[in-house]
Amino acid sequence: MSHALVPTKIEELWAYIAENPEAMLCAGGTDLLVKIRSRSVTPDCLICLERLDDLKGVRFEAGEIIIGALTTHRQMIDDPIIQKDLPLLASAVQNLGSPPIRNMGTLGGNIVTASPAGDTLAPLYILKARLKICSKESSRSVPIESFILGPGKVDLRTGEILSEVVINQDSRFTVNHYEKVGRRNALACSVVSMAALMNIAEDNTISEIRLAWGSVGPTIMRFGDVERLLEGRQLTVRGIEDAIRKVQQSVSPIADTRASADYRRDVAGRLLLRLLSYASSR
Amino acid sequence: MIVSFELNGKDVHVETSSDRRAVDLLREDLGLVGTKESCGNGDCGACSILVDDKARLSCLTLATQLQGRKVVTIEGVCGEDGRLHPVQKAFIESGALQCGYCTPGMVIAVIDLLNSNPSPSRNEIREAISGNLCRCGAYQKILDAVEEVVKDSKKEAS
Repeated sequence: MSHALVPTKIEELWAYIAENPEAMLCAGGTDLLVKIRSRSVTPDCLICLERLDDLKGVRFEAGEIIIGALTTHRQMIDDPIIQKDLPLLASAVQNLGSPPIRNMGTLGGNIVTASPAGDTLAPLYILKARLKICSKESSRSVPIESFILGPGKVDLRTGEILSEVVINQDSRFTVNHYEKVGRRNALACSVVSMAALMNIAEDNTISEIRLAWGSVGPTIMRFGDVERLLEGRQLTVRGIEDAIRKVQQSVSPIADTRASADYRRDVAGRLLLRLLSYASSR
Repeated sequence: MIVSFELNGKDVHVETSSDRRAVDLLREDLGLVGTKESCGNGDCGACSILVDDKARLSCLTLATQLQGRKVVTIEGVCGEDGRLHPVQKAFIESGALQCGYCTPGMVIAVIDLLNSNPSPSRNEIREAISGNLCRCGAYQKILDAVEEVVKDSKKEAS
């Protein structure tokens, strides 16, 4: 790498991008700088986004929660809106990396890195997050599942940046569950993760559920048939056992240094058992 | 380029390349070898420094990112009179180290914790140092040391 630029205003960013169209954009750098050091990517120029204050922070706007892409994980954990209105995302970022990684890494960086194990991704999929993508000339809004195309692949063209993450304010789910299984708690790339939003009726049946899994396919995986199967079911081992099998049949994990494919398949299904802890005792 | 920032209370201006890693700038160009490098990947926490009062990994920070910031390394945590920081003192008194290589990073992580949470529980301390590896396995004594700091600061306050 020959040089690194640190724009402080968005106009400056557009000018730098125009002068260096081959430059790579760096958010928190916790992933990209590791790849540059190991020479798995070799950019001539790096544009660091960390001082673009307009792209930081969390706010309400017309019933939507808007999170600047450059908001760090630490800032999200400390933010009252995230704590109160997005407990699912809050619990995912509390589990992400380690304290210094959370001080440096950003929500936008986690999304654009598009790792199948990215901790914020499964929650953002079921929160139906939309992403605002900007260039100097225009902006567009894309659902996260169409933005992420594969491991490390996103729908971001030259001259574009991810500027905001937009989530509808929707507090109707009583169960907000995120769990990752890893070799240790801190700094562990997840072996399998699962995010769930769920409502439970008075008779202990599942009235509404959204589920997403990480690290068991090229991107985050959702299974509409599993969700439909579960809705109306009793929240008991018996009530969900065929859904567990269906998840195990549906995921497409790989084997790597962290776990075998069979282990991931097995655990992905069984993570549904965790939802039983929310069953009413009636 | 010339990078200017506040380092351990003093303004510094240093000629470097924009993509030089902060850990190399500090250790090799400025001679502050208290900051250690171990993994170089952000996994071990040995290279932690405080940037604007928050712990950052200097192996994943570029020199240019320090421009205008307030940087504190382990050399700068003691008082102006050279007295040890209470966290350093507690580490020594509790024997919270063996080889000492992780200690600068551990102390920085603990200072970051105590800045935002002056009376953490043992579990909160554990969480706060979860990004710092100690291959001597001094974790329990490190937790003891931090609990001593918390106890002492409460005693002082009352």
